[in-house]
Amino acid sequence: MDWGAIFGNAVVELISPTTAAYALAALGLAIHFGYTGLLNFGQAGFMLLGAYGYAIPALKLGWPVWACVLTSIVASVIFALILGIPTLRLRADYLAIVTIAAAEVLRLVFTTNTFQDVTGSANGLSEYQAGLLQFNPFPPGRYGFGPWIFDNRVWFFLVIAWIVVALAAVFTWLIMRSPWGRVVKGIREDEDAVRALGKNVYSYKMQSLILGGLFGTFAGILFVLPRAVVPSYFQPSLTFFVYAILLLGGAATILGPIVGSIVFWVLLSFFSGFVARAVEAGWLPFMTQVQAGQLRFILVGIAIMLIVVFMPQGILGNKKELAFVK
Amino acid sequence: MSSEISPKAKPVKTTGLHVGDPVPGVKKVDPILVADGVKRTFGGLTAVDVEHVEIPRNAITALIGPNGAGKTTFFNLLTGFDKPDTGTWSFDGKPLAHVPAYRVARMGLIRTFQLTKSLALLSVMDNMKLGAKGQSGENLFRGLIPAIWRKQDTEIEAKALDLLGRFKLDAKKDDYAASLSGGQRKLLEMARALMSDPQLVMLDEPMAGVNPALTQSLLDHILNLKEEGMTVLFVEHDMHMVRHIADWVIVMAEGRVVAEGDPHSVMQDPAVIDAYLGAHHDADLGATDTEHVEAMKELIDDEQ
Repeated sequence: MDWGAIFGNAVVELISPTTAAYALAALGLAIHFGYTGLLNFGQAGFMLLGAYGYAIPALKLGWPVWACVLTSIVASVIFALILGIPTLRLRADYLAIVTIAAAEVLRLVFTTNTFQDVTGSANGLSEYQAGLLQFNPFPPGRYGFGPWIFDNRVWFFLVIAWIVVALAAVFTWLIMRSPWGRVVKGIREDEDAVRALGKNVYSYKMQSLILGGLFGTFAGILFVLPRAVVPSYFQPSLTFFVYAILLLGGAATILGPIVGSIVFWVLLSFFSGFVARAVEAGWLPFMTQVQAGQLRFILVGIAIMLIVVFMPQGILGNKKELAFVK
Repeated sequence: MSSEISPKAKPVKTTGLHVGDPVPGVKKVDPILVADGVKRTFGGLTAVDVEHVEIPRNAITALIGPNGAGKTTFFNLLTGFDKPDTGTWSFDGKPLAHVPAYRVARMGLIRTFQLTKSLALLSVMDNMKLGAKGQSGENLFRGLIPAIWRKQDTEIEAKALDLLGRFKLDAKKDDYAASLSGGQRKLLEMARALMSDPQLVMLDEPMAGVNPALTQSLLDHILNLKEEGMTVLFVEHDMHMVRHIADWVIVMAEGRVVAEGDPHSVMQDPAVIDAYLGAHHDADLGATDTEHVEAMKELIDDEQ
C-alpha cells in the first residue's frame, strides 16, 4: 500500500485549478441559493457556456483572450435572462425545473453531430489555450515543492484560477454586506414582505441570477483551461457536486464554498486512491477496479446525505441560524 | 415624535368625514384612496365587487366583515398584490390600477400582512433598515463602494433605533427576527412599515394572535399614526378594538360594501347585523356561528 502516493495525490487537490473552478461555481450558487434563495439546478449550463464561449472563438475565430471571455459573459447573461424572464415571477421550484432542463438542452446541443464543425460534438475541442499562454510568466519546465510539482502551464492556470476566486470572494463579501445584500437576503426569507416595502423583487432576483451565473461561467473557463473541453463534463451531476460543495462549506457564507471545494476534492482524491489500491491489494475481494472507480461517487452521495441531516449549516455556516430552521 | 406612549382612556375621534348620508360608497370630504368598480373573481366565485368606496384622509378606517367577505382580497387588489378583473382606483389622485406592488409601496401606501411576514434569518435591525426608501446602496454597483452608502445607512440606523425604542424592541435589535414572539413580530412588521414614512398604512388584522397585554400598546401605536398625520386602514375582527379606535367603519359582506358609517351607528345598521348573522337570523336554524352572535350581542348591549 503506497500511502505516500495516496496522500500525495490528495494534497495536490488542495490547490489544483479544478478545485478553484468548483469553488467559484459554488460561490455563484451561494449567491443564488444561499443568499437569494434561488434554486438554480443549472449551474452546469452556465459553466458549459463559459467553457465553449471561451473555446469556440479562440479556436475557430482566433479571437484574443479578452474577446473570448467577453463572449462567455454575453452568452451567460443571455442564458440567465432566458431562464429568468419566465420563471422568476413564479415560485422558486419552477426555476429549479427550468434550469435543470435548460442545462441539459445546452449539453445535448453541444453534443449533437449537427454542429460538429463548431462544437466538435462529443469529442469536444482542445488546444484553445494558445492565446492565453503567450502571457505565461512562468519559465518552461516542471517544478514546485513537496507534492505540488506542475509544469509551467498548470502553474499559470492555477495562479489565474485562485486570483479569480479571490476577487470573486471579495466581490461577494462587499456586495453581501451592502444594502443590496440586505435586500436579496430579505427576498430569500419572504419576497412578498420585501415587495411590500417597495423593492423591485423581480429585478433583484434577475441581478442575482445573472451575477451567480457569471461566477459559474468564469468557473467553466477556469475548469477547461488545463484540459480539453467535452460536453460530457457538464452533466447534471456536475451541478450536484457543486451543490454538495456549497452545502459542505455553508450555503450563505463567502469562504464556505472555497473550503467546501478543497475538502471535497481532497477527500474525493483520497477515497479514489485508497479504494483503487485497496482493491489492488486484495482487501476488497468482492470488487473489480472498474467498480472501485465508481465507489467514490457513491461515497459522495452518502456524504451529501450525512451533511444535510447532521450538519445542515455546513462547515462555516452559522449555527445560530439552525435553531430557527423549520 | 415622542418616545413615550401614554395610554389614552378615550381616543379623540375624527368626525365630519363624509358628505351626505352615510350610505355605502358615500363621498368623503377629503379622500386619500378612491376605488371604483373593483371586481375580482376566482372562477365562479366573486370575491370582491366594490362599486365605489372612499377612504378618508388622516383618519382611522376599519374594514370589517365576516370571514370570506373579501377584505384581504380587497387589500391585495389595492396594494398591487393581486390584479382585479375590472376597476380603477387611485391613491392621492394618482391612478393605481396596474401599478406593481413595489411601486405602490414607493408611493407611500404600505401594508402589513395577516400572517406576519418578518424576515426570519435577518436581524431585527436589518428588518427595519430594509423598510427605508431610496437607499443608494441597494443598487448593485453602488453597493460595492461603502463610501457611497455608509452615511445614509447610519441615518437609517438612527431612525430605526428610534422606532424600535417606541415599539419596545430596541433590546432585540441584534437578534434574528425568528427569535421574536408572535406579538413582537406584529410590532416589528408595523415598525418596519413606518420606516418609509408612509402616508397610508394598511394593516391586515394587526391584533390577530397578539396577547391582551400587547393589545393596548398596539392600539396606542395605531392612534399615534393618526396623530402624526398618517391615514390608517385596517382589517379587524375584534369589534371592541374597532369601536375603540376607528373613526370610520366600512363593512363588507360577500365581496360588497354593505354599510359605512361611524362605529357607533354602523353597528346598529340592519345590513351589518344581516351580514354577520345572516338575513334570516331570527329564524331558528339550529346551529349558528356562535362566536359572531356573541360578539354582536355584546356590542348591542354595550351600545344600549
